[in-house]
Amino acid sequence: MKDQLRVDPTVCSGHGLCAELLPELITLDEWGYPIVADGPVPRSLDRHVRRAVTDCPVLALKLLPAR
Amino acid sequence: MTFGTTVPHPGQPLTQPGGAGDGLPRLLPARGAVPVDLRTHLGRLGQPPYAGQAGRLIPVLQAAGLTGRGGAAFPVHRKLAAVAKARTQPVVIGNGAESEPASEKDKSLLWISPHLVLDGLQLAAEAVGSDAAGLYLHRHPRLLENLHAAIAERAAAGMDRAGVEIFEAPHRFLAGEESALASRVNGGPAMPRFKPPMVFERGVAGRPTLVHNVETLAHLALIARFGPDWFRAAGTDAEPGSMLCTLHQADGRRDVVETELGTPLRSLLTLDGHTQAVLSGGYHGAWLPAADAARMTLSNADLRPAGAFVGAGVLAALPADRCGIAEAARVARYLALESAGQCGPCFNGLPRMAAAMAEIASPRPDPRAVTDMIRWAGLVQGRGACHHPDGAVRFIRSALHVFRDEITRHGQGRCVDPARRPFLPLPDSTALSAADWS
Repeated sequence: MKDQLRVDPTVCSGHGLCAELLPELITLDEWGYPIVADGPVPRSLDRHVRRAVTDCPVLALKLLPAR
Repeated sequence: MTFGTTVPHPGQPLTQPGGAGDGLPRLLPARGAVPVDLRTHLGRLGQPPYAGQAGRLIPVLQAAGLTGRGGAAFPVHRKLAAVAKARTQPVVIGNGAESEPASEKDKSLLWISPHLVLDGLQLAAEAVGSDAAGLYLHRHPRLLENLHAAIAERAAAGMDRAGVEIFEAPHRFLAGEESALASRVNGGPAMPRFKPPMVFERGVAGRPTLVHNVETLAHLALIARFGPDWFRAAGTDAEPGSMLCTLHQADGRRDVVETELGTPLRSLLTLDGHTQAVLSGGYHGAWLPAADAARMTLSNADLRPAGAFVGAGVLAALPADRCGIAEAARVARYLALESAGQCGPCFNGLPRMAAAMAEIASPRPDPRAVTDMIRWAGLVQGRGACHHPDGAVRFIRSALHVFRDEITRHGQGRCVDPARRPFLPLPDSTALSAADWS
């Protein structure tokens, strides 16, 4: 099963770091909150994805088994 | 407060459950709004038919095709099966926190037929192998008093196998959402949380938690007695059984009725020239032009393709002489105030959408309000921990579509109802600003 990148929106406070670390998959809306691309995470981005997940200041970004 | 009165669906024979055919009403007595006491309940239906073993009721519910009556219409047997297979002992909660301001059916059911709901709670607990049950509902002193008395009476009669505790929910729109319920029962605020884990995996006290709407439990209690075929004598093949609906007629009358799934909407609401549109599914639901609604039945098969759904059975007929956009603006403001404020897109988007809706409701609105609204709707959808932003978007989009002629009129400085008389029921917004979530 492939992993899927998700934001816990109740924890996210819009730091925007994830969009800087992973612009391939994450953009920010007009209020500064992340919009995550749908679908499984491409293997080629694994390292950047893990970095974005661990570096989120409030640990709102999660790598979860695809639903 | 007043509880809905029960008005039998026209043309249905007034037989008791278990009587001939598909006799409705099943959940409420044929006449009146007097609570059914334990003696009357037992005289009519006897003791709850315990199956003697966990799991036994689940295939029966599957054969009956019962779906959740709280709004989501999820198959009941699947939820039970998911909870029953857990290794930890689960908790079962009856959800009576009917937060939708336009819905009265759960309050009516709990008021009139408390023992049917409590039977269902016991049988659901047995089915998943639980001895801990609860009932979760808003603070209505008289209703709470009644239910405490009913539970005590059953305890004295030795009827109940699982202990039943009552939990009080704050008067917030989202208080009945499953994860909000679990949070509140755990002593926290009644706010939704991020999923996973799902509540059926990890809810009350970290245990797998089965949450069912109280009407669902009442149907379950009857299916356990009379079986799937009896249940299926009403409704359609795809959507069997009956359901409680709260009807808001264009002339202002309000009723709680029990009706079959598949009943034509025009036999529930007066859909003549005095009605311009129908709201189906409450404030997370969608508007339909009255002429379209008149061709549909009370079923997701008819309503979903039109962007609406049966939901918890709220149906409102908007009179022809009222402004649908002004109504939508009032509801949008309410929904914005009812955001739990936890998720950025909802917290930022809903108030802006409500403000844009108020702008569109005013004479000669700024045309940018509509384009802003469409953009924001796209931004908030699917980005909350719960479905509140999605429901708000569904409601607002349908209003923009169904009342598009009214928007044109506003652009010309006109309105069908310049006085903007309110129609749909909403709580006082000043009370909401004193945000109490506990």
